[in-house]
Amino acid sequence: MEPAFQRYEVPFRRDWVVLDALNYIKDKLDGSLSFRWSCRMGICGSCGMMVNGEPKLTCATFLSDYGLRPIRVEPLKNFPVVRDLIIEMSGFTAKLSKVKPWIIRKDETPLSEGEFRQTPEQLDTFKQFSMCINCLLCYAACPVYGLDPLFAGPAAIALAQRYNMDSRDQGSNERLDTLSQHDGIWGCTFVGECTEVCPKNVDPAGAIQQYKLAAAKEWLKSFLMPWGGR
Amino acid sequence: MARYTEGHPRWHRTRVSTFWWLGSWPYLKFILRELSSVFIAWFVVMVLLQIRALSHGPGAYNQFQQWLRAPILVALNAISLFFVLFHAITWFNLAPKAMAVRLRGKRVPDLVITTPNYAAWLMVSALVAWLVLGG
Repeated sequence: MEPAFQRYEVPFRRDWVVLDALNYIKDKLDGSLSFRWSCRMGICGSCGMMVNGEPKLTCATFLSDYGLRPIRVEPLKNFPVVRDLIIEMSGFTAKLSKVKPWIIRKDETPLSEGEFRQTPEQLDTFKQFSMCINCLLCYAACPVYGLDPLFAGPAAIALAQRYNMDSRDQGSNERLDTLSQHDGIWGCTFVGECTEVCPKNVDPAGAIQQYKLAAAKEWLKSFLMPWGGR
Repeated sequence: MARYTEGHPRWHRTRVSTFWWLGSWPYLKFILRELSSVFIAWFVVMVLLQIRALSHGPGAYNQFQQWLRAPILVALNAISLFFVLFHAITWFNLAPKAMAVRLRGKRVPDLVITTPNYAAWLMVSALVAWLVLGG
C-alpha cells in the first residue's frame, strides 16, 4: 500500500511549535498518529521531520513562521518509514558504532594513575563536533545518503572526527581504516546541506572535508615513508 | 531488536527521483558545480587542439583562429568561461571548510583562508595576461 497524506485542522497559537500541533492531533483528533518526541527543547534529537520539505526539529519550528497556510509534515527523507512519521534509524546506529565514537587508548591505564588532562584550547578543537544530538536532519538533507544508503553519512563522520581531534584519543588510525573506504569520507561530494540544516551548528560538511585532508596527508605519509609504521 | 536490512519488507522507502536536484536551489547549484567539470575538460581539449594547430605551422594556426570565431564556438566558450569561474569561485569559498587553521588556540576567520587564495588566483591571472598580451 502506498503512503498517503492526511489533513488535520489545529488551533493556531503563537507559542505553538509543529510538535505541539502533532500532540494536539494525537490527543484530540487521531490517537493513531505515530511520531517520536521526548524533550521538546532541542536536546534529545527525536522529533526531526520534514516540515514543508525541509528537515527540521519540530520542537523548534514555530507554526507562526508558516502563517495560516497548511503545513506539510512528513517523515525524515531518505530513511525507511516504519509508520506515519517514524523512521527506521538502526542503519544509522550501526554506522555510528562502526566508527568507534569513544576514546581509544593504545594502552589502558589504571584509574589510580589519574585522569587525562585537557586544556580549554584542546577542548575547543572538537567541541563543535561534540554538540551532535543524532537527530539525523543531516542525513535527510544529504542526497548522497539518499542515493546510497550505505554511505556512512554526515553525523557518523563528524562524530568520528570529534574523537580524532580529541587530545586524549589515540584511535584515529582505527577509524580511518573504516572511513577511508568508498562508503566513508570519499563518498561525500560536498553538497554542504548537512551543515545548513544542522540545528546544533555542528558543521558536519566541514568535519568531513577536514577528515579528507587529514586522510590524504596520512596516505601521502605512508606512501613516502612505507617503513615509518603508524 | 530489529536488524537493519535494506530490503526489509515492512518498511517503506521512497525512491529518490532522478531529478532530485531540480527541487531546490542549493542542490541545483551543487549539480551545476559538478557539471562544470565537463566545461573545464572542454577548455583542456581546446588548448590541446591549439597546440596541435601551432605545431602544424602558421596556416593551420590561422585556420584554428578562424574556427574559433564561429558563433557556436564563441557561445560555447562563453558558457565554458562562466562555468570555470563558477567552479573557481565556489571552490575558493569552500576552502575554509576543509582548512581549519588554528592560531594561538583560536580558529582563524574564513577570510584569512579565502583572501590568499583569491590573491594567488589574481596574481597568476595577471602573469598569464602579461605573458600573452605584453610579452
